[in-house]
Amino acid sequence: MNPFQDFLQFTFSGLTGGAIYALIALGFCVVNNTMGIVNFVQVDFVTLGGMLMFSALFAIGLPTVPGLLLAVAGVALIAMLVERVGLRPARSNHHLVLIFLTVGLSIILRGIIKLVWGKNRMALPPLTSDTPVNLLGASVLPQALWILLLTVIAIALLTWFFYRTPLGLAMRAVASNPTAAAVVGIPAGRVRLTSYAIAGSLGGLAGVLVTPITTLNYDVGVLLGLKGFAAAILGGFGSFPGAILGGLGLGLLESLSAGYLSSAYKDVVAFVVLLLVLFIRPKGLLGK
Amino acid sequence: MTAKQKILYFLYLHRTGLTVTLLSTAIFCWPLVTSNPYTLGLTNLIALHVVVVLGLNLFIGYAGQISLGHAAFYGLGAYGSAIATVNFGINPWLAMLLVAFLVALVALVIGIPVLRLAGHYLAMATLGLNFVLHTILLQWDEVTGGPSGFYGIPYLAIGDFEFYDEFRLHYLLWGFALLSLLLCLNLVRSGVGRGLAALAGDETAAAALGVNTRNAKIKVFVLSAVLASLAGSLFAHTYSFVSPDSFNIFVSTDMVIMVVIGGMGSIWGSLLGAALITMLPEWMDLFETYKDFVHGGILVLVLMFLPQGLVTGLFDLVRTRLALRRGQDAAA
Repeated sequence: MNPFQDFLQFTFSGLTGGAIYALIALGFCVVNNTMGIVNFVQVDFVTLGGMLMFSALFAIGLPTVPGLLLAVAGVALIAMLVERVGLRPARSNHHLVLIFLTVGLSIILRGIIKLVWGKNRMALPPLTSDTPVNLLGASVLPQALWILLLTVIAIALLTWFFYRTPLGLAMRAVASNPTAAAVVGIPAGRVRLTSYAIAGSLGGLAGVLVTPITTLNYDVGVLLGLKGFAAAILGGFGSFPGAILGGLGLGLLESLSAGYLSSAYKDVVAFVVLLLVLFIRPKGLLGK
Repeated sequence: MTAKQKILYFLYLHRTGLTVTLLSTAIFCWPLVTSNPYTLGLTNLIALHVVVVLGLNLFIGYAGQISLGHAAFYGLGAYGSAIATVNFGINPWLAMLLVAFLVALVALVIGIPVLRLAGHYLAMATLGLNFVLHTILLQWDEVTGGPSGFYGIPYLAIGDFEFYDEFRLHYLLWGFALLSLLLCLNLVRSGVGRGLAALAGDETAAAALGVNTRNAKIKVFVLSAVLASLAGSLFAHTYSFVSPDSFNIFVSTDMVIMVVIGGMGSIWGSLLGAALITMLPEWMDLFETYKDFVHGGILVLVLMFLPQGLVTGLFDLVRTRLALRRGQDAAA
């Protein structure tokens, strides 16, 4: 293997990981923009995506594509339930209370996942065959290509939703000025519910896509989710292009450092980056 | 004033001092009531948690910020003391102070840049710190002992008097817990504390009244980190063994749950929260299976129905009831 091939290999794996972080980071941003809080439940949406996919494939016996759609829709539904039952009835709209509520809901969800699917590690098959494809001398798993393709599709759908539908317009209005949005009669509840549905489907999609590469167990989402958050900060918290850029950047940094420096501390890179960004440029790469 | 009113007024005036005296007496007598080492070990663990939770509560309740990584400072204290006393042979008491000082520096390095930002970035910065620390503790096994932990930490001693059994540790640990309690109670009533209370109410208003909000937040953060570090050092010397899993991010979440249940900003609530969550596994047989439900459920229910926490929340409920009844009596 020559150095160029190595580099290409690391870049591909970085982009794949980065796409996953970008999906999760987008989920964090959507909720932050409508409610102004960090949604810790995002972490469990990722796990749930993988788990629901596992059940759809093996318990129900669905083929891959309907299974994927069912899993993503299922997580979106659960996310809406979390917002409606877990956050809406709160008597206080103090940020501390709401953020701690998401922490509590996340613990409960993790408990449910542990109870339903058990604590064992499970394996999810990749979307299509797992024979590596040769791309410019680097061998790439088909799953990696699926991840990149579906991430692009998800981002395109999201852009369409935010810029071409009335509800998307309402959500952008709430993000830019919640008070003014309330004054012109934009229904706050529906916007919050939608933001959770979007965050849930993004997290669920990330979970479905990434668990064939990692393994699937009840807290797989915790680490991925936190890295997704680091990606959101890196790009500028709340900015959608920032989340995508931050995710890809973080994925590349991580795989390059694992490849050239040491893989023992691979998981630390994200948080070192997070701390550095907060020190040097807290608004992130594309933040306002 | 009648004699009864005088007594009531005296009690009301000295309520804090009297409660502290009562609590100290109760704690002093506790080992005389039960000599079961297991029970004492449990209350000792509560004392350790109380020290951490008091600091964290000052930070969450008064600076209005979130730290989801206090187990990192707790762990730094524990491993710092362990390494300093075993590998470098430093006196445990001196090591404790030294480590606390270093942890204060770490907290400063993180707090100064992050706390100038509005929003809850510190939650993630501390969470990140906790994660990094946990990974280092696991991976750097030639220094930390890796996943199997660090053995052979000496007991604390004053002269020849070693704190090695639960009975002696009880007085040591609760001594520290009571000192921290006194510190927090007095701090909240000092000028600095009044500034902090203003900060908790409304940051802009506090700044307008001349409170240096940024400095105040950083100071409380450092204080809470130092308390956590001291508790960590005590932890190491109490069990003479530390392992990475005592300091992972889920431990940090448990600390936050203790704060929220007792009530954010309620000093007495910290005692209740720490005691409740530490004792929970003892009261429930099936706890391991349903731990997440119980912890998460308590957190969600308290936040939803009593966001001020159990102590302040229930006090307020009773006070409202009494005031309503008085109003009815006056009307009748």
